[in-house]
Amino acid sequence: MSEREEDRSSRRELLRHIGAGLSLAAMGAGVLPAQDAQHVHQAVTQDKAAGPYKPKALTAHEYATLRRLADLIIPADERSKGALEAGAADFIDFLCAASNEMRDIYTGGLGWLDEQVRHRYDGKDFLGASPEQRTAMLDLIAWRKNASPELNPGIDFFTWARRMVADGYYTSPIGMKDLGYMGNSAMSQFSVPKEALDYALKRSPPA
Amino acid sequence: MLQIMRTPQVFDVVVVGSGAGGGTAVKVLTGQGFNVALLEAGPMLNPAKDFKEHVLPYQVDHRGAFAHAELYFGRSPRAFGYFAAPDGNWTLPGEPYTVAPGSQWQWFRSRVIGGRTNHYGRISLRFSDYDFQPEDGLGDPWPVTYDEMSPWYDKAEGFIGVTGTKEGLRTAPDGNFLPPIPPRVHETLIQKSCRKLNIPCIPSRMAMLTKSIHGRAACHYCGQCGRGCRTASAFTSSQAMIFPAMRTGKLTMFTGAMARELVTDGSGKVTAVSYVDKAARSEKQVRCRAVVVAASACESARLLLNSKSPRFPNGIANSSGVIGRNLTDSVGYGASGYVPALSGLPRHNSDGIGGMHLYVPWWLYGDKRKDFPRGYHIEIGGGFDVPMLGAFDGQCARHEGYGKALKDKIREQYGAFVHFAGRGEMLPNRDSYCDIDPQRVDAWGIPVLRFHFAWSDAEIKQVRHMEQTFASIIETMGGQVAGRQPEPQRAISTGGAIIHEAGTVKMGNDPKASALNRYCQAHDVKNLFVCDAAPFVNQPDKNVTLSIVAFAWRASEYLAEEMRKGNV
Repeated sequence: MSEREEDRSSRRELLRHIGAGLSLAAMGAGVLPAQDAQHVHQAVTQDKAAGPYKPKALTAHEYATLRRLADLIIPADERSKGALEAGAADFIDFLCAASNEMRDIYTGGLGWLDEQVRHRYDGKDFLGASPEQRTAMLDLIAWRKNASPELNPGIDFFTWARRMVADGYYTSPIGMKDLGYMGNSAMSQFSVPKEALDYALKRSPPA
Repeated sequence: MLQIMRTPQVFDVVVVGSGAGGGTAVKVLTGQGFNVALLEAGPMLNPAKDFKEHVLPYQVDHRGAFAHAELYFGRSPRAFGYFAAPDGNWTLPGEPYTVAPGSQWQWFRSRVIGGRTNHYGRISLRFSDYDFQPEDGLGDPWPVTYDEMSPWYDKAEGFIGVTGTKEGLRTAPDGNFLPPIPPRVHETLIQKSCRKLNIPCIPSRMAMLTKSIHGRAACHYCGQCGRGCRTASAFTSSQAMIFPAMRTGKLTMFTGAMARELVTDGSGKVTAVSYVDKAARSEKQVRCRAVVVAASACESARLLLNSKSPRFPNGIANSSGVIGRNLTDSVGYGASGYVPALSGLPRHNSDGIGGMHLYVPWWLYGDKRKDFPRGYHIEIGGGFDVPMLGAFDGQCARHEGYGKALKDKIREQYGAFVHFAGRGEMLPNRDSYCDIDPQRVDAWGIPVLRFHFAWSDAEIKQVRHMEQTFASIIETMGGQVAGRQPEPQRAISTGGAIIHEAGTVKMGNDPKASALNRYCQAHDVKNLFVCDAAPFVNQPDKNVTLSIVAFAWRASEYLAEEMRKGNV
């Protein structure tokens, strides 16, 4: 399934979900479906507006570097697509446009990263470096145990980038699907699947 | 001289505050045909617009970070997040409070119709017989007994709707319950672990409708009660009490109305409530035959202390001097654990009602071996929560690194964490109270509250016991406590942080040692009632809201009867 198809399919889910909400609302005591109507409206507007994201705060180079970083932090695998496809870099750029404090964290961090890679690998920036060189660089800044005056700015930046790439990924339709999240919907009753209960009971210490 | 606008109408009752207590007073009094005016310092609530019940993060461009990414810098304009029901905050613009040097205190205020019931946890526990009449010689007895209150709990539960099962436990009196809800997978494991440790773990008592009552639809199990429920299946005073009262024609609403003082006549009776119309910044008065103050424990104390006159130099109804004293909050402590038995758990919808399906009531009543008085209950959490911003910070920090290894761990451990929150009894102490700060006024010129607060050794020892108990439960289920545990002195919640303030307008039989009588009626002023947690003599280890409703119901029926008899 392409990214666009995935988007459309999640929107179909949303509309179905809202349908359930509407019928419930009709049963409720004087409950207005205005919010639901707004969701439908938003979903339709998003459909019309969909297209490649254009960065609002980062330069084209910074944005491309951030996309590469997102791809390395949460890559696609045999189970699901990764943070690149899920638009984690777009989410971060959007917040950089909303907050100068956030923008400075990313422009500063991405600048530091390029400079460090240039210094280590014959003037190549992060994007220009080989995959091995990139991961060698990340291996230095992805762990607190490497804390040192030289690496601390990079470790701090990577901590920001990792948590926000995770945020952007797991709050996206792709990331939610990767987790298998299936809640926040209207149900007529609550029950626990026997399969899930048995799985956990078998694995837990005996009574 | 500025003319103060007074309502031409004399209302039977003015109710100040629209939360659990005010909502109950409004419901009961309008239901008996009285003309009621309701003053609320915040705006009207519109659930259809204000509740973000079923919105997923990706349906909002900032996904819950707020318009300027405030979430990431610890400056969220909403305390419980972007998606929460209108909830107030720890600080309110223009409405400061102060904390005395050496004290720590946080005060959560909600300015909106429904007050804090719009977002609260809805845990609904009756106080026990020994909570009202202590057997350990500590603290004062209440002017009522459990047997006297039990019928009022029946009414409160019957109206708001509370899940539960009859267990026959003295520490968790049985009630008038709706059907319980089955335990989630992690709750079943916790129950199994508790059984080994001889700790009870029983169906929770929550104000969500597992079946339809009073025209409110049954729960649709989306798990988002904290965001507000548009079908009103989770109890709020706004939807279940105030909106229906508005339709009776007996209720007049004054929103954006900040009560300044109670106005009295020569005989010392309250004749009007003076308030600031926030939008117009002008002083107005609403006239009444009686007043029910239900502004929340501390705000009610503030209003009474600020209502000074030659007859009431220390504040109205305060000849005893107890108003502001006796301030308590629940003792709070939390811990989480990673449970390998839950890792890779087959995916399913684990939402249910918003909150726990099982809980642990206090189980060591009368046990002589423990080194602290009174007790606590344990609230439990876990399951496949909505992936929200920040939900994976802990995983990222724990695992570090990046790439497929990180992604695999997050997926495998999603839903494999359990959370425990202890909520315990604080004994009132001399160092914990609020008074009027002589130096500060709010944006309307109303003198503000100053807080003095200290935990005693009893609460610190209780937290140590919670810490050891939570660790035992987690380890017995094969799990590991997550994170390093700070010392109990540092791990204990800040006073006020659990948002269970109580005690500041104490009830009692002795007018010299209490402000209110057994019906929450002021000893000094017969047409003044207080109907929130302010009258509570102590802070049992059971969340206060259900008792606020029960006491407010009883007080309101008493007031109605007294008005009919011509005594008020």
